[in-house]
Amino acid sequence: MVSEGKKRVWEDYQKEIADDHYFYVRSCIRQTFFPGSETAFLRIMRNDLGKDVFEDARHTTCTGIGYHTDIVPLETTMTIIARHFALMTEAGYTNIIPSCVTSFGLYTEVLDTWKHFPEMEAKIRDYLWKATKKEFKVPENLVHTSDIIYKFRDQIKEKSKISLVNKKTGLPLKVVEHIGCHYAKMFPATGIGGAEFPSVLTGMIESWGGSVIDYPERRHCCGFGFRQYLVMANRGYSVSNSKKKFESMQPYQPDFIVANCPGCSMFLDRWQYTIAELEGITFDDKGMGIPVLTYEEMAGLVMGYSPWELGLQMHQVSVEPLLDKLGIAYKKEEKYLGAHGQNIGEPQKPQFLIV
Amino acid sequence: MGKLYDRLNQDIRFIEGLNGCMNCGVCTAICPAAEFYHYDPRVICDTVQSKDEKLIEALLRSETIWYCGECMSCKTRCPRNNTPGFIIMALRKLSQELGYFTDSEKGRQQFAIKRAIGENILRSGYCVNPDIVSPQMHPEQGPVWDWISRNTPEIMEKMGSNYKQEGVGGMRTIAPEVLAELNQIFEVTGCKTMFETIEKHSKHKADELGIEISDEGIGNEYFMTVFTDNNGTHNS
Ligand code: SF4
Ligand code: SF4
Repeated sequence: MVSEGKKRVWEDYQKEIADDHYFYVRSCIRQTFFPGSETAFLRIMRNDLGKDVFEDARHTTCTGIGYHTDIVPLETTMTIIARHFALMTEAGYTNIIPSCVTSFGLYTEVLDTWKHFPEMEAKIRDYLWKATKKEFKVPENLVHTSDIIYKFRDQIKEKSKISLVNKKTGLPLKVVEHIGCHYAKMFPATGIGGAEFPSVLTGMIESWGGSVIDYPERRHCCGFGFRQYLVMANRGYSVSNSKKKFESMQPYQPDFIVANCPGCSMFLDRWQYTIAELEGITFDDKGMGIPVLTYEEMAGLVMGYSPWELGLQMHQVSVEPLLDKLGIAYKKEEKYLGAHGQNIGEPQKPQFLIV
Repeated sequence: MGKLYDRLNQDIRFIEGLNGCMNCGVCTAICPAAEFYHYDPRVICDTVQSKDEKLIEALLRSETIWYCGECMSCKTRCPRNNTPGFIIMALRKLSQELGYFTDSEKGRQQFAIKRAIGENILRSGYCVNPDIVSPQMHPEQGPVWDWISRNTPEIMEKMGSNYKQEGVGGMRTIAPEVLAELNQIFEVTGCKTMFETIEKHSKHKADELGIEISDEGIGNEYFMTVFTDNNGTHNS
């Protein structure tokens, strides 16, 4: 009885994730800061798992950053998203997969609002028709791209080349996972494990041999805050919130951080540099900082992809200490080469942060 | 004009965000903005539910409503199913519509966001792309980003992107006919009106302060002023 009850409770935290045929919508932030991650996602899905992932060149921003900085009205954002639904419908797909947690949160908010306010959906259909002569069906399945990697984590494990284990000690690597506020805090039922037991990243980490660190500020915001980062005068908010997390995770000596949301991944990387340069401190014991990966980069490394093809050279905190622990061979001299192996120079060295 | 409370109550986010606040302060305990700024989402809820027009007007003209980071951590935790973050979004919208946002230093920043992000959406089809993250405006991005900015096409090619090319792929050029559709949507759904309102009140404010302002873009004194000004009173 008791275990049946538990099972029932746990069912509330599960969600349906389509098995194949996805309409893929890219993320402004991921494309800008982690372009190799989107490429890796498609490579895993298409080449390694044999899935059908469709992309339409007419897809644009969801306006999420404009919406959450309050310059773009709700009706505008809804109509832009409705346009993406129309592209999906036109292409014959019913499963939509945004590559960004802000987008995923917004798509979820749109569908939820339409459920409670059907007159709003009708209004948006009118707007879209008036502006573009397009019509749409709402998606049958909406999940974040990381949900799909989670779903196929065991297949990925079967094809993996390495585990998240320290090659020298044989011990599981200690991983900090950050799922991003808009993944499940707004609509807990739409995240795997809900807001209480989010397991989208822990599922991947544990399946691939790592161990997850539970630390006091685990669910605290990375500090993006939209306007609190975009406007220079406000950036103290952003860096202070990340710092609160770093201080909280430091005693657990994480081997790396993995993040769900492209914005969080970028901030958790860049703010370590900023804090190092401003205050002369890092949150590891070597003065190099804690490497930060996107979940696609983590999956790509597990699959044996080259670190420089994944784009790990685009991170400010060096990833080499992590690659060494994982026993991944790499050529340091190839790190900063261009697409055709040409020399395109190297980044300058920071003053304090060791790279 | 209608009562301020009634206008707020026309916003779906306000309707969904305020179901009656019992002043427990759980939202304040979890709020990252409350940790950093002189900010308290519980007080925001209490003020708007008082329906006191004077207090609501003061809020609309205040620094306070601009402190929230819209993380929505409060939504998960409120025992009454309120979302202070949604209430903030409704307040910010109304503050802009009425031109009250230029009364506060943090509110005036809406002009910088409109110029940097708003114009970029209509120009490129992206909120953010590498071209607008300049190392000068973003020193926190560090030397690796500086290197990326100097070599964007080569690095994007190596990453398998389709940088500034036609067709599918990361960072592709968004076709003119698609941008035209975006423009149409912005027109029909009221975003153009919102942009014009932000511009009109900001220009008025710039004139009042005697600061140079241009018709578009970020190369003007008013932009830099609102983008960088911090009077240091926001945390106390
Ligand atoms: S948590 Fe909810 S009920 Fe409590 S103060 Fe905040 S809004 Fe009011
Ligand atoms: S949405 Fe705003 S009020 Fe709510 S927790 Fe986040 S910063 Fe605080």
